[in-house]
Amino acid sequence: MWQYILKRLLHMIPLLLGVSLLTFLLMALSPGNYFTALQQNPQISPQTIAQLKAEFHLDKAWYVQYIFWLKNVLCGNFGYSMAYKISATSLIMARLWNTFVLAFCALIIAWGIAIPLGIWAAVKKGSWVDHACSLFAFVGLSVPDVLLSLLALWFAASTGWFPVGGAESPLYDFMTPSQQFWDHVHHLILPAIVLAASDLAGIMRRMRSCLLDTLRAEYVTAARARGLGEGWVVYKHALRNAINPLLTIFGYSLASLLSGAFIVENIMAWPGLGRLTIEAFFAKDSYLVVDTVVMATALLVMGNFIADLLLAWTDPRIRLK
Amino acid sequence: METAQPTPVIVMQPALSPWRLFWQRLKHRKIAMTGAWILAVLYTVAIFAGFISPYRYDTIHDNAFFHPPVWPAFHGLRLAVPRSQTLPGEFAYRNVRSDTKPLHFFVRGGEYKLFGVIPCSVHLFGTGDDNYPVYLFGADQFGRDIFSRLLYGSQISLSIGIVGILLSFSVGMIVGGIAGYFAGPTDTVIMRLCELIMSIPALYLIISLRNTFPPGMSSSQVYAMIVVILSFIGWASMARVIRGMALSLREQQFVLAARALGQSHLKVIVRHVLPNTFSYVIVAATLSVPYYILGEVVLSFLGVGIQEPQASWGNMLTAAQNTEYLKNYPWLLAPGAAIFVTVLAFNFLGDGLRDAADTKSD
Repeated sequence: MWQYILKRLLHMIPLLLGVSLLTFLLMALSPGNYFTALQQNPQISPQTIAQLKAEFHLDKAWYVQYIFWLKNVLCGNFGYSMAYKISATSLIMARLWNTFVLAFCALIIAWGIAIPLGIWAAVKKGSWVDHACSLFAFVGLSVPDVLLSLLALWFAASTGWFPVGGAESPLYDFMTPSQQFWDHVHHLILPAIVLAASDLAGIMRRMRSCLLDTLRAEYVTAARARGLGEGWVVYKHALRNAINPLLTIFGYSLASLLSGAFIVENIMAWPGLGRLTIEAFFAKDSYLVVDTVVMATALLVMGNFIADLLLAWTDPRIRLK
Repeated sequence: METAQPTPVIVMQPALSPWRLFWQRLKHRKIAMTGAWILAVLYTVAIFAGFISPYRYDTIHDNAFFHPPVWPAFHGLRLAVPRSQTLPGEFAYRNVRSDTKPLHFFVRGGEYKLFGVIPCSVHLFGTGDDNYPVYLFGADQFGRDIFSRLLYGSQISLSIGIVGILLSFSVGMIVGGIAGYFAGPTDTVIMRLCELIMSIPALYLIISLRNTFPPGMSSSQVYAMIVVILSFIGWASMARVIRGMALSLREQQFVLAARALGQSHLKVIVRHVLPNTFSYVIVAATLSVPYYILGEVVLSFLGVGIQEPQASWGNMLTAAQNTEYLKNYPWLLAPGAAIFVTVLAFNFLGDGLRDAADTKSD
């Protein structure tokens, strides 16, 4: 097992290097940088700009910039955000945490609802429950995140039950810690539900088909023949085997959550990594764009790694490869 | 004692081609055919967008900001549209029921180009008078008819899916075919590249790719840019699957036979290996079209795709991001409904195609 973990971890290094190199190359190809706008400002002298450029190594070739950047990142320093005028590391870590919280809550909601629904639909195959679930799945798979987020905004604005965007109230700083926590939860509920909804349908459909497959297996018939109760057969014998293939879509689920979070964050003003990427993009804060892309990739790669570990843990055949 | 057995008569049925069998299985799937019909209607409407829409996408009506939807109703035997009136002192519209104007068909209106070439000014319906507007889905913040903009936008959204699929799938098939056919180091290099692209969350990659294009491009350049960006990401997953299929196909005897007959490697890949993956490719293509449509929507929605005054489903939704607008004028969400219907139709059709292509299920 340890060998497997080590192998997978070593595999991640060239991947992350490749991703950072690719994003850096794309950044180098982009026309203009943060200082292009500053040059228009008559109050800033060309010398100052040249000095600043030298400080950020923007006057050198892109691969030299990349080496400087890589050296800093390896020491845990993501550089300095030119647009925000603060250290990019603290900025990214705060935003990364927000995205992680949002995605994690959405993950819990999506799987928490999808698994029981999928089981219910499979057990009651052909009934109205099954048909309702499959209709719901079709709708859920087709409704775009953009529309769902806008509908949630509309809901929040017209009922007033939920705050319209943002992660905390204006009075956040004056609250007691427990109030702050509940304020945070209040802001989190709607974006997390929207994000979960986009993922729910796929997982439910998969759960249903996996369970139906195992219910057809011979050992299930054998269990029934021995006179075991239906509940015992489904939950003790079939379900345990049906859950296994679902772990493989855990990784895909994470990828779609991260991309979905990008949209939800931008529409519902949740201060996460995706929103930071767009803000940095519009400010032409190129280093910050690279940082966010690499961090998002790292988050996804780590998620896939955990999914693979879970799979290897439950299925001993995989460890042998 | 032998009795003469009647010789069995063998009636030769003409063998059905695989495509015919595929079509026959598809025909019986109601959901798939519903999807196909919805798409047929949507694409027809998109082609005739200029003719069907009562106004141009950029016709601004100064007195109709956020005008609510107005539908023609029967007055006697004729369809007619009521006069719209702004109430003095407040921002609201009122329909004057007593003052109506009949709806005319094939009425003259704003100039447009049918199929992008034939100059024309005849519209399917309209009143020909701006005081009697016919806004099926209301008007936006500039007093432009949302229904007309929706139709013009559908030209972009619906075509971008097809163009994007054609580009990324041809690249994905060729590259995947080469990787699987040659195997070895070629395969390793190509697959590592695919993994690299697929490990970046799609929207983050889209934004960093968008970053490499200069601002201030013409609308056709923007269109091409969106297709290129989305295809740059889309080809990788296709290449991976095709590569897996090609890996097993290269061991088949017909590939050996083609090689023995002296065909070049490229010809073997294109003529013998890839055609065997078509049934998978068609299903995958149908199910991937929504990805391209949504990609355009997100880019335009964020303001880095199709630019105003050009209409696209994405940039029309940008107005709905303003919660005050959204609360008071929910018809701004109409493009969202259009996206939903289109994606749903593609999913219906794709699901049916997948079932029809799966011969094992029968």
